[in-house]
Amino acid sequence: MKNRLKVLRAEKDWTQADLAEQLSVSRQTINAIEKGKFDPSLPLAFKTARLFELAIEDIFSDEVES
Amino acid sequence: MTPLKKAPSSWESTVKKNATRLMYWTATWVVTCALLSFGPKLIWNFNTLLSTLAVALNLGIGVVMILAQVKYLRGADEMERKIFLDASAITLGVLLICSSSYQALKTAQLISFEPLIGPLLCLMGVTFSICILVGSRRYR
Repeated sequence: MKNRLKVLRAEKDWTQADLAEQLSVSRQTINAIEKGKFDPSLPLAFKTARLFELAIEDIFSDEVES
Repeated sequence: MTPLKKAPSSWESTVKKNATRLMYWTATWVVTCALLSFGPKLIWNFNTLLSTLAVALNLGIGVVMILAQVKYLRGADEMERKIFLDASAITLGVLLICSSSYQALKTAQLISFEPLIGPLLCLMGVTFSICILVGSRRYR
């Protein structure tokens, strides 16, 4: 699954640790999601979307990371 | 820069607290195991009451350790839980296969001694630790 988390986070000038704290996950989890190594659960995807005030599909897409 | 709204409670500090509590109870359980193994012969000369108390203490601390582990897992995030679950599943499989083969060694008279639980517990610990390490590296 592909995502725009890194770009969105950079736009807000947040560190991985900042985002991790907001989502109540570890920094390693944010790193793994950004790299496409770990797919978040639906509740975490919704929480992320709420935080960035976007729709889930604006952040995550079903494309495979190249 | 968009200012951050701070979360009401620090998730990370809760996880750290749970991990510390789990480490503490695991260490205590190991101490009670040692007491149970060496106490009857070296400390209380096979006194039945003291041996029974040591068994009860070992079981009680074991239950508390399991509860601490459940609390830690519930507080952990989903990736940590996945790593832990994967490691548990692999450890269970390895333990099942190895304990069965270990028992068969005695049945086939390839070993002269009775199979002991100790080596299996060591194998379990080593397998679980390796799986956690590999799992953590995979998502790095």
